[in-house]
Order: sequence, then C-alpha cells, then structure tokens
Amino acid sequence: MIEFHQVSKQFERRTVVDDLTLTIAQGEFTVFIGASGSGKSTTLKMINRLIEHDSGYIRFAGEEIRRFKPEEIRRRMGYAIQSIGLFPHWTVEQNIGTVPQLLKWPRTRIRERVTELLTLLHLEPEQFRQRYPHQLSGGQQQRVGVARALAADPEVLLMDEPFGALDPVTRAALQIEIARIHQLSGRTIVLVTHDIDEALRLADRIVLLDHGRIIQQGAPASFLTDPANDLVRDFVGRSDIGIKLLALEVVSHYARPGEVVAGVAISNTLSLREALSIFVERRVSSLPVVDAQGKPAGALHFADLLKPDAAS
Amino acid sequence: MKHTLRHESAGKQAAWRAWLQAPLPWAGILLLAAIFGMTSLRPLFAAGYPQLDRPIYLQDSFWSLTQAHLLIVLVSSSAAMLIGVLAGIGVTRRAGHEFRSLVETVVAIGQTFPPVAVLAIAAPLMGFGAKPALLALTLYGLLPILQGTIAGIESVPRAAREIAEGLGMNPRQILWHVELPLAAPVIVGGIRTSVIINIGTAAIASTVGAKTLGSPIIIGLSGFNTAYVIQGAVIVGLLAIVTDLAFEQLTRYLARWRHNPALLLRTQATQ
Repeated sequence: MIEFHQVSKQFERRTVVDDLTLTIAQGEFTVFIGASGSGKSTTLKMINRLIEHDSGYIRFAGEEIRRFKPEEIRRRMGYAIQSIGLFPHWTVEQNIGTVPQLLKWPRTRIRERVTELLTLLHLEPEQFRQRYPHQLSGGQQQRVGVARALAADPEVLLMDEPFGALDPVTRAALQIEIARIHQLSGRTIVLVTHDIDEALRLADRIVLLDHGRIIQQGAPASFLTDPANDLVRDFVGRSDIGIKLLALEVVSHYARPGEVVAGVAISNTLSLREALSIFVERRVSSLPVVDAQGKPAGALHFADLLKPDAAS
Repeated sequence: MKHTLRHESAGKQAAWRAWLQAPLPWAGILLLAAIFGMTSLRPLFAAGYPQLDRPIYLQDSFWSLTQAHLLIVLVSSSAAMLIGVLAGIGVTRRAGHEFRSLVETVVAIGQTFPPVAVLAIAAPLMGFGAKPALLALTLYGLLPILQGTIAGIESVPRAAREIAEGLGMNPRQILWHVELPLAAPVIVGGIRTSVIINIGTAAIASTVGAKTLGSPIIIGLSGFNTAYVIQGAVIVGLLAIVTDLAFEQLTRYLARWRHNPALLLRTQATQ
C-alpha cells in the first residue's frame, strides 16, 4: 500500500530521516514509535506530502507519490493530529464534511455520511451536528477529528499522536474506538505515538525509530520477547515486560474448557494482565470463565498464565 | 397551548427590550434628527449666540453635506480597504514574506504624514475639489487596515492551517475557507478604526473646496461663527458614533461562532 525505499530527509543540514526502507501492507495497523526528534512525525507527513522527501522514493498504491497532485493524495488519505485542529468557525457537521465538500459530494450524501460517522463514534447526531467545537469536550472534539479524517472513506488513515492531549480515561476510550474502526473497515492505518502501551494495544506492526533510522520493526510481542538492543529494552520498560506480555493475550486462549470452579466468573475477552490483577486481588488460584454471552466457558488457573503462547 | 403562548409573548417582550436597550437605533434616530432638524434649532442657536446675524448654516442643506461627506468616506475607505487587505494577504503568503517590512514601513509613513500636509502638496498638483482629499484620506486610512489584516491572519491557529492543508485544501481554499473567516473579526476591527478616523478627518477636505460636513466647520472657524462649527461637528460626531456601533454589530456577527448562547440553549434543551 505504502512503500518507502531508501528515503532521507534533511532540515537545514540535519538529517531527520535517514535511509528509511519500509513497507506498509494494505489493511495493516502500523504504529511509528520513538522519542521526540526520532523522525516519526516527519515520516508520517512525508506520506501525504506535507513534507517532501529529499531522496529515495515513496510509493502509494504502486505509484511514486510525487506523480499525484498534493491535494489529490491528501484527499485520498484521512488525517488527524494531536491538537485536533477542528475549524472553530464551522459546526461539527461542516467540519466532518470538509473533504466530501472538497470532493463536491452532493449535500444529502454529505449529510448522511455525517450522521453515519457521528453514530459510529458514539456522538448522538441530532445533538452534536450543529454544535461549534468550543461547545465540545476534548474527547468529543477528538472524536469529531477522527470522524472528519474518515469522512471521505480514505484508503489510508494517518494519525499524528491523535490522543496525546487527552486524559487517560478518554484516551483509552478512543483507543478502543479506533481499534474497533480498524476491525470493522480493515482500513490501512498509520499512527504516530510516543506511548509504548498505546502502540502495544493498537498495532499489528510497530516501527521503532531513533534519529531517523528504524531500530526494530515487527509484531508487538516481538518487542517484548526479542528486543533488538538496549534502547528498545528501555523503551518497552525493563521492569514490567512480563506484565506487558500478559496484556497482549486474551483469557479465551488460556481457559480450560469444561472445567467448573467456584467464584464470580470473569469474561473470556479480558486480557491476561487483567486476569492476573483479579487473581491477586481475590487471592485465589483459579477463576471461572464466561464468554461474551455470559455462558460458562471453563476455568482459568493461575499457573496457566505461565504457559507458552496457547493460541499458536 | 396557553403555556406556549405565554412563552412566545415573553420571548417577544425580551426581543423588544433588547431592541430598546440597543444603542444603535437610538443613535441612528438622533443622527437623522440632527441632520433634518438642525434648522429648526434656530431659536436655540440665536439665543446662545445673539451677536451672530446668521446662527444657522444655510448655504447647503445638512442632508446634502452628509451625503457628500459619506461619499468621500466611502470612496477613500473602500480604496484603503482594497489596498490594505490585499497587501496584508500578500505579505502573509510565503512568496510575499520578504516584502512585509517594506510594505509596513511605507504604509506607516502614509499614516505619519498629516492629511493636511498631503492636501497642501496634492492640491496644486491635482487641482481643488475632492480628488486630493480622497488621496490624503486613503493614505491616512491604510495603516490600521493593513495591521488588522496581518494580525488577523497571524492569529489563525497553526493547527487549523495544518489540518486544512493535510485534508487537501489548496492555498486558495485555505485562504477563503479558513484564514479569512477566522481573521475577519480582527480585520474588521482594523477597518472600523480606519473608517471612524476617516469620518472625522474627511471634514478637512473642505479646505480644498470639497463639500463635506467640514464646510460649516471651516467657514465657521474663519468667520468666527461658533454656531456653524457646532452644527457641523455634532453631525460628524453622531455619524462616527452610529458607524462605530454598526461595526460593533458586524464584528459580533462575524465572531458568532465563538459565543452562541441561543444555539447552546437549543442543544441543551434536546439533551
């Protein structure tokens, strides 16, 4: 879908992106992570030509991106940023309709699309449609920002630290939202963050950058089990790697079906990290498990947490 | 039914009260009264200045003077607006950035030059009448408009501009749909200052033979007729006040997205 080949970018003789080669597959949720100045944001902005690369080539849908008009390629990609950037003089409806309007969709189609997106992001359409951004909370504003990025059904969704300015509760809610949207639509998403937990939670593939170079890329679990060097180890946090590994696994893969034990049941959609917390909190060594419909789905034993990846 | 009726009449009452409390209609009525009723004040001025043979300016009707005055203001302010806003947009573009300090300096010189001096230089060259006055007033009115435009465009949040670009607006669309609407309250603030100054300053056009509300003032000053001076000055003053109040309404309208209590109430009601 998106292909970087030996791409470099310099700002005033300082190399920000250094010989970067990277392929982002169709439908993949890719997260760029790194400290400030690692080049992660620059890399993202080169995809929709907000920043032009100096050397190498970037391909989108098989074509070098310089062969598109910048406006055209941007309208084919959704874009959301940390400071949200809702237009303060436009209502929620006008904000979400920005790109469809640029693409000259008929008015009724834009209206329907806005209703659809507000519903998707759990904002009551009739209540929010006519509001101005200053009448919304930070979390609601970012939901509108995400809806706007999705409005014209873009082939790729680019997000530059979209949840960085939100409180932890709102951020977690929006992370769940974006994961759900990714699952529903199978859209290619590229997200930039400096929050490793966000990356582990959302990504199909994490790309860790430092000084404009890729240090490690791969599935989230590989960062925990097989960190490339000390920098990666520092980034994922040395002391709680085990906890983070548990967070990547779900109870349903580890429960022993058919077993019955006493106690208040836990859902099999919880992560093992949450299950661990419940074990410790209740001071028990086994827990009954139910599925999403509330039907018994066996039992989870404390020792099961130590089993090698049960899913595979 | 009864309830909604009472509600409606209460709303109407509130609307009436708001209208009565708004200063603009009252100032407007006062202005019209001054223009058309000045001659009826003859006994008042005769009593105040018993030594004057002619206590009321009668060479021209105050209405025709007001029209001529407004025409000069309109033409010179429109020219200043056009030049000032275009220059302001120009120097805030990437390509025009280098010219910014030059343009600002030139326009600031236009402001520091007293309009009377411009008239003194321009009248022998351009002849007497409205032309040199229009030049002087246009130059004098440029600075607030240019500064307002630059300040307004610079006040547009960086994030709004970045997202506009990122969503695929071209530079022209960013200017029209994002920068200018967001800058409008500040730009109009600059225009407001310029026009108000212009209304007062336009009176001096009468020194080079143009007919304005300055005519009674100039004639009154040279002929020691204080009543003439007051008559001209009162109307000029009221004209400036009415214009200022009208601009206030316009500014509030342009910034309506910032505070919209009616809208907020409506959305809360549906919750």
